[in-house]
Amino acid sequence: MIPKSGNRLSDKIMRPQDAMSLAGAPSQPQEYLRSLSRWHPLEIAFWLATLLPFFLFPTYLSLASQIAVAALFALSLDIILGYAGIVSLGHAAFFGIGAYAAGLFSKFVWGEPFSGLLIAAAMAALIGYLTSFIIARFRHLTLIMITLGLGLLLAEAANSAGWLTGGSDGLQGVKIWPVFGYFKFDLYGTTAYGYSLAVLFLVFLAVRRLIHSPFGLSLRGIRENWTRMPAVGADSRAHIRKAYTIAAAIAGIAGAVIAQTTQTVSLEALSFERSADVLVMLVLGGAGRLYGGLVGAIIFMVARDQFSGIAPQYWYFGIGILLILVVMLLPNGILGGLAKLTARWSRK
Amino acid sequence: MLPPVLGVLFDGIAYGMLLFLLSVGLSVTLGLMNFVNLAHCAFAMLGGYVTVSLMNELHWPFFASLPVAFLAAAAASVVFERTLYRRLYRASDLDQVLLTIGIAFVSVAVAAYFFGTTQQPVDMPSYMRGSFDVLGLNIAAYRLFLVGVGVVVTIVLIGTLEYTRFGAQVRAAVDNQRMASGLGINVEHTFAIAFALGSGLAGLGGALAIEIVGLDPNFAFTYLVYVLIIVSVGGLGSIGGSFAAACLIGISDIAGKYYVPELGAFLIYLVMVAVLMWRPAGLFGRR
Repeated sequence: MIPKSGNRLSDKIMRPQDAMSLAGAPSQPQEYLRSLSRWHPLEIAFWLATLLPFFLFPTYLSLASQIAVAALFALSLDIILGYAGIVSLGHAAFFGIGAYAAGLFSKFVWGEPFSGLLIAAAMAALIGYLTSFIIARFRHLTLIMITLGLGLLLAEAANSAGWLTGGSDGLQGVKIWPVFGYFKFDLYGTTAYGYSLAVLFLVFLAVRRLIHSPFGLSLRGIRENWTRMPAVGADSRAHIRKAYTIAAAIAGIAGAVIAQTTQTVSLEALSFERSADVLVMLVLGGAGRLYGGLVGAIIFMVARDQFSGIAPQYWYFGIGILLILVVMLLPNGILGGLAKLTARWSRK
Repeated sequence: MLPPVLGVLFDGIAYGMLLFLLSVGLSVTLGLMNFVNLAHCAFAMLGGYVTVSLMNELHWPFFASLPVAFLAAAAASVVFERTLYRRLYRASDLDQVLLTIGIAFVSVAVAAYFFGTTQQPVDMPSYMRGSFDVLGLNIAAYRLFLVGVGVVVTIVLIGTLEYTRFGAQVRAAVDNQRMASGLGINVEHTFAIAFALGSGLAGLGGALAIEIVGLDPNFAFTYLVYVLIIVSVGGLGSIGGSFAAACLIGISDIAGKYYVPELGAFLIYLVMVAVLMWRPAGLFGRR
């Protein structure tokens, strides 16, 4: 059998973003990394725009909050899938662990939200670290199957452990105290959106820093060529383990935020559908781009909200067609397509 | 009272045969072209719905509808293979996964649109509904029939692969695609036929599965997991491996449901992860 990685088009062609930044290549590596991490005006505009729902769509704030959580979850998948090249079909496992950890913590210990986030992140990171030893050993189909299997295993475990998780009825009795002792989680979702957005922004800053660090660069190197990276002194498996643990922690935080803002946890948090949805969001926006998961989550969630209003059972039709179109026409997602367009336009 | 071990074994093997029919096509597809086809069970579902429509709308007998289910799934798969799949043979695993998940999603919605989300009823012929006792063991006629079909299909498949010219071409292409095309074998053509055959078998499996597990639009995803488990445990491109893995998973699933129902599907997922960690290429895989 021909080894597959050698044939991949994406292995040979650099992403447009890398190619563009190399065009004006500064000689020093530190200079190169620094030039990547400078803030673009569009980025600032994007984050300012996230405040708009408070004024423009005050009735849609709970949806906005869910979008922020989905964006956070997609960001965590981006680290392992987009940057390190690990395809996971079971990423919801860490989302669910975070959600149940935060829910149970508020039920049995106390309801202060930030400590709940930390506990959830720590739990997800711990499980992520333990499973990362398995993940780092495998590639390709076996890896996809193992991530899928571990995710399903955990969902079944949570289903059978009804005494702890509430089983298919969902976890009841989650009580979250007001944020800073003042902002209550209310029905309108004002606090919920503010809280989710703040968490998303802080985590995003950390991920942005991580991706533009030498560590982030070596992750991209591993994605492009798994076997050559150890030759330049970056141990692929050790890097994969670190990236996987970090991604698990962030997914745990995303799960914790949804548990805290909705004050309930259902088995759906661990389901295969959630793993598939987040994959779709990321690929739709553009994997391997910081804003890919964010843009994908916005489009996906708004589209689902609108479609489901018309005919919920046919939502799958839309998402299926969307997936086929993205794979066939926009191999690097919407942001990849836009980058190509602007690159072509600026050359003229 | 615990049911007798032999009864569990028999039901497990009958269920395993069903899973074997559903999964053997995917095993060949993956082994031959390394193409991750997550829409495989959508073709099985198509076979199931063809049988249901023929029986309920046109009042065809059950057995007459089976070949049509096979042909419909095979024909549909060729259309998809020629228009979409072939463009992605050289693409990454991720792209293949996404495209085929997309197709599976669409199939779920289309099935829900035409047939509704409820379980489809079928009327089995009366001689298929009964059961009889052999040495104190109660054997359902339909399950015995399933085992028969499974064994016949296995023999025919292995015979085709081992003793015909086409089979030799398929084996050569699985072993070394470049060398095979260098020897003048039209790999693409061989693959299209193998792909149609595999999807047709899935369609047949989908039609036969209605009586045992029912049929609703979620079939494309519910059984996908089982199929993937069997393929990865059995080893890619290995028919004997799929057969053994299907029996293993079928028996573990039925035994698990009889003896430790509270574990649910936990057992088979555990079997899969354990086997893959022990032998990443599957039980009978060669890589």
